[in-house]
Amino acid sequence: MPVTVAAESLSSCAGCEISMLNMGGLFLELLKEIRIVHMPLLFDHKYFGQAGEENFIGIPEADIGIVSGGIRNEEQLEVALKVRAQCRILVALGTCATHGGIPALMNRYSDEDLFRRYYRTSETTEAAAPPNEVVPRFLDRTYALDEKARVDVYMAGCPPHPDYLGAMFQTLLDGQWPEMPTKSVCDTCPTRREGKGNVQKIRRFTRSARFQNEKPLSEMKCLLEQGLLCMGPVTRAGCAGLHGNVPMCISARVPCRGCFGPVKQDGNQLLDMLNALASNGIDVRSIPDRHSLLRFSGAHGRLIRASGRSPKGEGRDVRSPAEH
Amino acid sequence: MGKAFQIEPADTTQNHGEGARKVINIQPVTRIEGHARIAVHLDDEGNVADARVHIMSMRGFEKFIEGRPAEEVPRIVTRICGICPWQHHVASSKAVDGCFGASVPSVGRKLRELMQVMAHINDKILHFFFLAAPDFLLGSDSEYSVRNIMGIAEKSPKLAEKVVQMRYLGQMMMERFAGKAIHPVAVVPGGFSKPMVESERQELLAGSRQQLEFARYAMDFAKSRVFSATDPTTKRIGDITTGFLGTVNPADGSLNLYEGLLRLMRPDGSFHEFSSREYADFIGEHVEPWSYGKFPFAHAWGEGFSMDLEQPRGVYRTNCLARINVADCIDTPLAQAELVEFRSEFGRPAQSTMLYHRARLIELLHACEKVVELLESPDITDPRVRDEVWPRAGRGVGCVEAPRGTLIHDYSTDESGCITRANLIVGTTHNLAPINMSVKKAARDLIQNGKVDEGLLNRVEMAVRAYDP
Repeated sequence: MPVTVAAESLSSCAGCEISMLNMGGLFLELLKEIRIVHMPLLFDHKYFGQAGEENFIGIPEADIGIVSGGIRNEEQLEVALKVRAQCRILVALGTCATHGGIPALMNRYSDEDLFRRYYRTSETTEAAAPPNEVVPRFLDRTYALDEKARVDVYMAGCPPHPDYLGAMFQTLLDGQWPEMPTKSVCDTCPTRREGKGNVQKIRRFTRSARFQNEKPLSEMKCLLEQGLLCMGPVTRAGCAGLHGNVPMCISARVPCRGCFGPVKQDGNQLLDMLNALASNGIDVRSIPDRHSLLRFSGAHGRLIRASGRSPKGEGRDVRSPAEH
Repeated sequence: MGKAFQIEPADTTQNHGEGARKVINIQPVTRIEGHARIAVHLDDEGNVADARVHIMSMRGFEKFIEGRPAEEVPRIVTRICGICPWQHHVASSKAVDGCFGASVPSVGRKLRELMQVMAHINDKILHFFFLAAPDFLLGSDSEYSVRNIMGIAEKSPKLAEKVVQMRYLGQMMMERFAGKAIHPVAVVPGGFSKPMVESERQELLAGSRQQLEFARYAMDFAKSRVFSATDPTTKRIGDITTGFLGTVNPADGSLNLYEGLLRLMRPDGSFHEFSSREYADFIGEHVEPWSYGKFPFAHAWGEGFSMDLEQPRGVYRTNCLARINVADCIDTPLAQAELVEFRSEFGRPAQSTMLYHRARLIELLHACEKVVELLESPDITDPRVRDEVWPRAGRGVGCVEAPRGTLIHDYSTDESGCITRANLIVGTTHNLAPINMSVKKAARDLIQNGKVDEGLLNRVEMAVRAYDP
């Protein structure tokens, strides 16, 4: 009996699913051992029966349930709960599912703010009331999957690297629990570090890092030590895959922005980064947009509405003028 | 399997049927990138009274990028779409360049174009073989559990292997040169984050020549096994008559995926041409109470907006069929030869919705040819790829042709270079009105006297898939 898989994507972009396809030949190998019973991107199973005759959302039973995306509206919540109920193991796939991801940046604003901008004041739009027929209502904010359903496996990444996805399936098929790396991006970064003390302020990424293109990354000075905000110290490793590559943004000579979420599932990238900077003598007021330190992990109540009370660990709006 | 888990009790929930057995819900629309629901409304005789495609959620990018330092935004808006993140990345960077008044060194521009066009290649392979082909190769009436890429892998393992390998190759080429291939980071305001070295150029050239070979194979395969084998009824699924929007090279009116003038063509073939900065003078967006997605229309035509099948008003289409309709020619030889053949057979503008599939493969050829051409240009390894940018108050409109259509990012910044206002019109949004019309047309043609079955509903969905939303 092949192992059955039901996959859903909620408030998301399909990047996680594309990363799955990027396993290449391994994807075809995997298809010999699993049987997909639900996966909207590739597979025609429908919620309301194949002829649209049912009135309630139906998800088939499966051994493994995989959910990408956060939970933004009532229908996504219903689907998430159905997948949970029908699957023995639930995987939260990608940083939106594990920590809210980029869409949780919306948690800073109210839906009224959004609708006013989108349906009433946009330059090209014929102003109208926000849609309210058939479309599901929004929840009060974007939730990570484990805020609404019990999660068995966390697979962070925006998107998770295909190497880890392949390893995750193989591990589950072997009856084991997959593990994510426990190191930080910094721990796996080959750039040259010289030590504390030389950088007082963070500069915006308005000009390139200093590096010699023909030389290996091990000869490029650490981007944080070049004065660029690099989230490597507080971000889970894994973007480089399992074959000895380097963190991917660093290989493009661009600083990390934290897309694999905090090193520990319940870590706080904002607090941890401010601590890391302060302990290195860097003035944290030089960061132009502190909320962005939570741009991948704003669920779990970390980012809340600007008008609301400041939650634990959330920065004030401090914006420094551009540094020229 | 490992440990067994207790199945939690199912959650009982609200009724989705809108209180009538007269509504047939097709949800989720499958083998598309986005999230949508089709509702077919039947009258008392069981014929189609109306059909709607509902976009069921939204994430709010236009709102939550407000206040962010503009140079960060090209790394945020990639998450609008995991299938076409490069196009959002590039359009956003262009918009930020505009806000900051930045110039981009010519090789920086070239590297942006290279990556943007390379990203089209993988997208088209994905769409044609993984999402659309199962309907044609396995049959639109075949059992739903085999009508997919897994079914193709079963039936034609060699083909599946080739397709999967080609996508893998494309993804690895992008990753090895530019870091992340999904949700890229290498395009930066002012240019590109790193130059290309000769060894990278050679490696990419070898890969891109393989891709070009594959594109020729894909076109031959599709002509002999798909297009010629499609029955006349299927060829007419979702046919409607609309205008078209795409980008052309100002010098010769040729297809351009990266930059140029926007050309908005009426159904009769006449057109307006304008720069991306002027988009709001030509395009408006209409709101319906039953979809979170807005409906762009050509307000420059002065006829308002209507999705009425007999008398549509203001409706135009984007994506590959639109681009090859508005372009006078294609500046790469293999794709140009295909365009000539296409035009002699279907005229200009070609209206048939199912022709999107053929147009997509013509663009696949063009993209592969263009990538080789760019990699062969002698200055592509020039080290000056980025100029410094200076945050300031300004406005910028960034535009590229994304796989699904003309992509527009329009930002304003304050004096510290943070976003104060953003307006986006993304590829698929342009096509929401035509998709609604095509679905209604398909449903009307296919559903009569209350007779509905699975294969038939799948053919209604084929009207959506053609647009690759």
